[in-house]
Amino acid sequence: MKLDMRVDPKSGMKPLIQLRFAARASAAAPLRAVLTLVALGIGVAAVIVLTALGEGARRFVNAEFASLGTNLVIVLPGATETTGGPPPLFGTAPRDLTLDDAAAVARHPAVRRMAPVVAGAATVSFGARERDTLVLGTTAEFQHVHHVTMGTGRFLPPGDLQRGDPVAVVGAKVRQELFGNTNPVGQWLRIGDRRFRVIGVTSPTGRSLGDNMDEMVVVPVTQAQALFGVSSLFRMLIEARGREGVPDAKAAALSIIAARHEGEADVTVITQDAVLATFDRVFTALTFTVAGIATISLLVAGILVMNVMLVAVTQRTPEVGLLKALGATARGVRSLFLWEATLLSLMGAACGLAVGYASVAGIASVWPTFPVAVPAWAAVAAVVVAVCAGLLFGVWPASRAARLDPVASLERR
Amino acid sequence: MTAGDSGQGAASGGRAPLIQLTGAERTYMVGHSPVHALAGIDLAVEAGEYLSIMGPSGSGKSTLLHVIGLLDRPDRGAYLLEGRDTGNLSERERAAVRLARIGFVFQSFHLVPRLTAAENVALPLELAGVAPEVSRARALVALASLGMEQRADHRPDQLSGGQRQRTAIARATIMRPSLILADEPTGNLDRGSSLEVMELLEGLNRDGIAVLVVTHDPVIGERAHRLVRVEDGKIAADSTRTPP
Repeated sequence: MKLDMRVDPKSGMKPLIQLRFAARASAAAPLRAVLTLVALGIGVAAVIVLTALGEGARRFVNAEFASLGTNLVIVLPGATETTGGPPPLFGTAPRDLTLDDAAAVARHPAVRRMAPVVAGAATVSFGARERDTLVLGTTAEFQHVHHVTMGTGRFLPPGDLQRGDPVAVVGAKVRQELFGNTNPVGQWLRIGDRRFRVIGVTSPTGRSLGDNMDEMVVVPVTQAQALFGVSSLFRMLIEARGREGVPDAKAAALSIIAARHEGEADVTVITQDAVLATFDRVFTALTFTVAGIATISLLVAGILVMNVMLVAVTQRTPEVGLLKALGATARGVRSLFLWEATLLSLMGAACGLAVGYASVAGIASVWPTFPVAVPAWAAVAAVVVAVCAGLLFGVWPASRAARLDPVASLERR
Repeated sequence: MTAGDSGQGAASGGRAPLIQLTGAERTYMVGHSPVHALAGIDLAVEAGEYLSIMGPSGSGKSTLLHVIGLLDRPDRGAYLLEGRDTGNLSERERAAVRLARIGFVFQSFHLVPRLTAAENVALPLELAGVAPEVSRARALVALASLGMEQRADHRPDQLSGGQRQRTAIARATIMRPSLILADEPTGNLDRGSSLEVMELLEGLNRDGIAVLVVTHDPVIGERAHRLVRVEDGKIAADSTRTPP
């Protein structure tokens, strides 16, 4: 008989057998298992529900922007540093944007609609009442580009860019302040030293993103240019053909302006996407924040897993002694308890996923206009953190079990 | 008899004793006072021997069993198992030796309560990485050889004391060890079951396995072929009895 003291690293309990052993050990203490599942489940569900709400808020704002027109491209005169190029060597004063520029851009196939804008402050009066207000010079296209809805009357009539009758559309607040109970449509309004006939009133919008139409007076672009004594444009609003058409429209605007401005695209093009991206970042940050807060509950659950595993080690001390007497190594004992912690964490995470997704579905059915959705990263992260917390907090109890003295453990009854 | 002069047994090529303890000492601290559980034990046991270790409680007989079973280490002295010094084995190596060469039978059976008899018996095989089907088949054979085939799928709480100890014996022999260490194997059994269990252990001894029984019960202890009496951590008597 020869004593075989070789230690084969491949020998020892097979992982699947360890897993089965751990599973049965968990099942043998149902209260312990259920407590762990509940704690981890709540943590995972909290992460899922909170991030779903954050994601819902983000989508809600995105949808609001989309209704404003995410396919909007704004062209401002003058290239700003935000375009990223080096400053020009010999300073060329930025050329003005002109109505001809605007007309050229409007003819490009990537551009669905174009509204030139001239803006300035002016004194507006009707009878004895007067107030200072923003006067916007534009075209009929503006109504569609900017989603203006009319209260009474109509918006500026379509027609030649270069020609414009002296007509005006007033905002709801301007109408109230200047006209009171008089119907403004057909009345003559004085803006600066010119007279305009009121043809419509916009419906009250309240303060929305961007400009507040309620406090504006809109006149044809050429009338505004004459009023303010300018030949340039304040900006151009371009509606691209769909959201995908935005880059094309942007490129078209830049190349047309460059062609018309002696090779220099001395304009700044802003897309609604840029603004949208900012909001997107804000809400994504918000979602991450709530996810982080919810993760704390997962760590608390991890501590509970540790407690539960410590109790398990104490209760099963004689068993650990037996396993060691039978020939289990300290490492083998440790992995048995780690498997158990992992298994409980995985099952807890699964319960949490189920509860979380069910809650989100519940919220969606109760509140159908709010677009709640679980971001995939949140679900993955919640499960990963839950399992890691379970493992991490399982290490200490498992090591305690591994360090138990076999003689003392066997004698514990 | 006590083999102080054959410490070179393995190296000299002669047949090394199965167990060879030389000047083994083990001291515990109880509170602030040292307790000499083993106070210089010299003991040699040949392969296939059947001996009992008797003595009053606190005499050190359990510590002796734990040292022989590699569950405890002597503070001083040498312990050679099958001719190899165990003093410098790592924790993993000691576990591997326990797994392959030593079977334990305990007074309180130490069966895992949630596992069936067959699963308890298969535990050492699973620890050794044997495939589950093979483990189960071998466990069933081992149980059948002890008359337990009808009880293979019962959990320990569904078994009588004698059946539990038979399951534990099946587990102790499943790895075909060279040594079985039984610590008061009949301590929790009635007279009838005790006899059955002792006859099983004696049957294993006839198959060539060395059996070492620690007991304070003279009726059990005196069945062995060699009787070792331990008192105050020392061997007080060591006598061989001619088998009937």
